[in-house]
Amino acid sequence: MTTHPKRWIADWMEGLGELTLLTLEAVRSLLTFKVSWRDFIYQLYFIGVKSQTVVLITGAFTGMVLAAQTYFQFHKVKMDTATLAVVGVSMCSELGPVLTGLMVAGRVGAAMAAELGTMRVTEQIDALRTLATHPVDYLVVPRLLALIIALPLLTAEAVALGVGAGYFVGIWLLEIDPVYSWMNMLRYTGDVDLGIGLIKAVIFGGFIAIIGCYKGMNCGEGAEGVGRATTEAVVYASITILISDFFLTLLLSRLLHIL
Amino acid sequence: MIEVRDLKKQLGANLILDGVNFRIEKGESVVIIGRSGGGKSVLLKHLIGLLQPDSGAVLIAGTDISRLNERQLLPVRRRFGMLFQGAALFDSMTVAENVGFALVREKKWTAAEVAKKVAAALEVVELPGTEGKRPSELSGGMRKRVGLARAIVYEPEIVLYDEPTTGLDPVVSDSIDRLILRVRDHLKVTSVVVTHDMRSARRVGQRILMLHNKRIYATGTPDEIFSSTDPVVHRFVNGISDPQETQFLK
Repeated sequence: MTTHPKRWIADWMEGLGELTLLTLEAVRSLLTFKVSWRDFIYQLYFIGVKSQTVVLITGAFTGMVLAAQTYFQFHKVKMDTATLAVVGVSMCSELGPVLTGLMVAGRVGAAMAAELGTMRVTEQIDALRTLATHPVDYLVVPRLLALIIALPLLTAEAVALGVGAGYFVGIWLLEIDPVYSWMNMLRYTGDVDLGIGLIKAVIFGGFIAIIGCYKGMNCGEGAEGVGRATTEAVVYASITILISDFFLTLLLSRLLHIL
Repeated sequence: MIEVRDLKKQLGANLILDGVNFRIEKGESVVIIGRSGGGKSVLLKHLIGLLQPDSGAVLIAGTDISRLNERQLLPVRRRFGMLFQGAALFDSMTVAENVGFALVREKKWTAAEVAKKVAAALEVVELPGTEGKRPSELSGGMRKRVGLARAIVYEPEIVLYDEPTTGLDPVVSDSIDRLILRVRDHLKVTSVVVTHDMRSARRVGQRILMLHNKRIYATGTPDEIFSSTDPVVHRFVNGISDPQETQFLK
């Protein structure tokens, strides 16, 4: 009984160490341009283009519900025209990157873990290695690069649509004064907020790629192993995004406001 | 060419290999036999650095590869080709892309040269004209042939075969055996075949190593092994499950 927590901590520390080594190997590979460019383009398409629907729907409805809820509360204290300012700041620095990250973790992180996990259990990763190809160069780096490029772009889209949808709800449905709303939004939503959101998206993209690839490449045997790896990839990536978001908010707010 | 010294390997709580020693000379064709789950494939994977030993050494042309990292192993692996038990074809690629994979990655050849070499390799394994097919369209025997074409297309010095005939009918197994012999004779490669198919072992091996109780238990030419009076060897090569049947040998 007493060894259980110790074992769990040891496994956790080992996993963290392996993730760190995988990240370092991927960065080293990236810096020496050992990337499979064809695969990178495919991944960029799969992550960027194929995630459009889910990200746009998420962004739009988040902006709309945020505008409605904020208005309902602000209306009580006669601050109706501050509604879009809250929508703008929240979407840019928090909800845009976090919700986009979570949706992409669910779609792309799971797909990566499942694909690489299947490759592992069918010995395709070992086959790659026997063909003198480093799995990190061929499998991890294209996915990592594609995600850290695609996620900020998807986030920007989600933010733009969220703010637009929030504006629509606020002005057309809730009949807030458009001029003051617009002015307040521009006044309180700064470049820094958007910068924070985009930097977070780059970091979240890295988390999703590394965790998804790690879980896939180290999955257990058989269909059960692949299934578990897929679930763990999504859960761990989502938790990592949510926890790191808090610390990134504190850190980036300080840094960017100083700069 | 290949030397294994006092190799020990534990996977989880199970000790798989406990002091394996052998040497394979250049151009030799060696078959490793042993019971299922006895560590044959684990041993084979050590020869190409897919697994690293807990202790001991694996020397390839005098270089100990057992302590090299993944990136340092890449040039060593260019000397090898490997046919996997399930062929391990990349299922997102066509046959031509599978076979030409290593050539394309090396970036030494033009697309036309790669296509020519791929066609030649497919010719060797008697599958001409299948370049455009997907692995899912191929039978088990065809997949193994494509796997073999992928392993030999860049003309390696050593070819490793992991259970090349497992799961195939006798006729297809025979054709795979003939291919192994053809590759050995045409390309003058060193062959290491892991199998528990005795018919195949007899045909393709110039020397047989028997893995038993986590060590190399017996070694000899096919004739020596198949006529052995050692009860363990005799039982295995003749497929006898009841130990009483070998009592008369004692």
